[in-house]
Amino acid sequence: MNCKLLVIDYGVVNIQSVVNALNFLGYTPWLSAKKADIEKADIYIFPGIGAFAEAMKNLKNLRIIETLNRQILIAKKPILGICLGMQVLAEDSEEYGFHQGLGWIKGHVKKMLPTHQAKIPHIGWNPVTVVKKLPLFFRTNSTPAFYFDHSYEFVCPQDVIAATCRHGKDVVAAIQKDNIFGVQFHPEKSQIQGLKLLRGFMNFAEKLC
Amino acid sequence: MLKKRIIACLVIKNSIVVQSIEFKRFLPIGSPLIAAKFLNQWGIDEITILDIDATPTLSSPNFELVKKISRQIFVPLSVGGGIKNINHIRQIIKGGADKIIVNTGAFDNPQLISQAAKVIGAQSVVVSVDVKKKNGKWQLFTHCGKIAVKTDLITWIKQIENLGAGEILLRSIDRDGSKSGFDTELIKQVTNNVSIPVIAAGGTGKPNHFLSAIKAGASAVAAGNYFHFTEHSPILIKSYLKSKGVNIRLDTDANYSHHRINSDGRLLKSPDSYLEDLKFQIIKPEVI
Repeated sequence: MNCKLLVIDYGVVNIQSVVNALNFLGYTPWLSAKKADIEKADIYIFPGIGAFAEAMKNLKNLRIIETLNRQILIAKKPILGICLGMQVLAEDSEEYGFHQGLGWIKGHVKKMLPTHQAKIPHIGWNPVTVVKKLPLFFRTNSTPAFYFDHSYEFVCPQDVIAATCRHGKDVVAAIQKDNIFGVQFHPEKSQIQGLKLLRGFMNFAEKLC
Repeated sequence: MLKKRIIACLVIKNSIVVQSIEFKRFLPIGSPLIAAKFLNQWGIDEITILDIDATPTLSSPNFELVKKISRQIFVPLSVGGGIKNINHIRQIIKGGADKIIVNTGAFDNPQLISQAAKVIGAQSVVVSVDVKKKNGKWQLFTHCGKIAVKTDLITWIKQIENLGAGEILLRSIDRDGSKSGFDTELIKQVTNNVSIPVIAAGGTGKPNHFLSAIKAGASAVAAGNYFHFTEHSPILIKSYLKSKGVNIRLDTDANYSHHRINSDGRLLKSPDSYLEDLKFQIIKPEVI
C-alpha cells in the first residue's frame, strides 16, 4: 500500500512508543507537524501524553489547526487520536482551567471524581465493552483489556461511543465518527490486544486511500 | 473494573540490571534490554527502570537506555533515577517512557511534582517514597536510601498528592531483596491516607506476598528479583493470583490455568495423561 502515514509530532508526547508499535506492525510512519507534510499524508495518528492546555498551545503555535481541519473535516482523511490525542478532538476541556479543543467531536473533557473503589488517575488495565466492533475492535478478543492512564474523561453523545469501560461508572474508552477515531487508552502500550487494535484501524484506513 | 497490576522493576547500576538487597548490596543480573523484552513477552503489566547510579553520582538520567528499552516493549514504561528538572522529564517522555519517577528531586524541589504534572499530566508523575522502619517509626529516605529526611511519612504523602502526583511507588528499604514479604502495615497506612494509586515494592519472595500486598490496599505490586530467575515468572504469578480471585489480566497464550503451583511459586509436574495429550495439540502462532 502506498498510503502515507503521519504521526503528528506536536511537542511533549510519547511519539516514540507509537512509532515503535507501528514499526512492529510493518508500517513506516513519518513524524512531522509541518503544514506541507500534513497536506500530503493520507492517514494520521494523533498521539498524546501530556496536558490539554499544553497540547492545544503547541498546535496553535505550529499554526496547523486550519490545515488539520481541512484534511479531516473536508477531505475526510482517517485519523486516530490516542489518549490526549482523543481528548483534544472535543469541544473543550476543564483541565487546569478552561480550554478550547479542536471540536471535531461533540463532547467535553471533564475531571474524573474519585470514589472509594475508583481511584483517580485511572491507571491500569481495564477491560472494555465494545459497542462498535468495526473497524477498531475487529481483531481484538471480545472484552480486550487495555492500558489506561488519565485523570480527565471524554463525555460525549451516545452515538459516537465505540467502547466503554467501568471505573466507578461508565467511562468512554473509544469514539468513532466517520473518519475520526479516538481511544482513551494506549494501544501502543497494551501488548497484543493493542497492536491488534492498531491493525484494525490501519486496515480500515488503508482502504480509504 | 480496573485490574490489579503486576510491575517488574529493573534496578539498573552501571547500565546492567542488578539484584538489590536493602539498597546496599547488588548482584549482577544482565542486560536491561533482554530482561525488558522477555518480561514484555511474558505479559507483564508494566516495566519500571530505576537507575540507582544517577542520583549518587550526580549524573543525568540515561536517556539512551530509555530509548532502547522503549523500542522493545509494548507495555507502559516508567523511568526513575537522577531526574532533577523539567528538561529531564521532557527528554525521558520523548524517548518513549510513559511515566517518570522522582524521589530525591521531589524532596529538593517539591514544585517539580506540580510542574511535571502540568507538562506531562498528573497521571504520568510517580513519586517514589522510600521508607525504613526505625524504632517502630517509619522514616523517609532520599538518595537511594542513603540520606534520611525528617519529614513525617503521612505529611509527605499528603503533600505529594496535593502537588499533583499521579501515583506513589512505595518502597520499603528494610524489606528490599529480603524475600520476606511486603510491609503490609506500611501499605495500609499509606493507602488509607491518600486517594491516588499506590504501588507496593520491596520484599517479594513468594506468591502469597503479592496477594497480601493487594489485600492491604495496593493498586499494583512491583517486584524485581522475583522475576529474574524463573521462566514465565509474570505469567505464573498472575495465574496464581487469578486462582485466588484477584482481578488480573492474563491474556498470554500460555496461562497455566490447569497447572498447580507450589507455595514458592514453582510449577509442579502435571499429570502424565495431561502431558500425553499435549503432544497432539497444535498451537497456531497468533496473527496480529
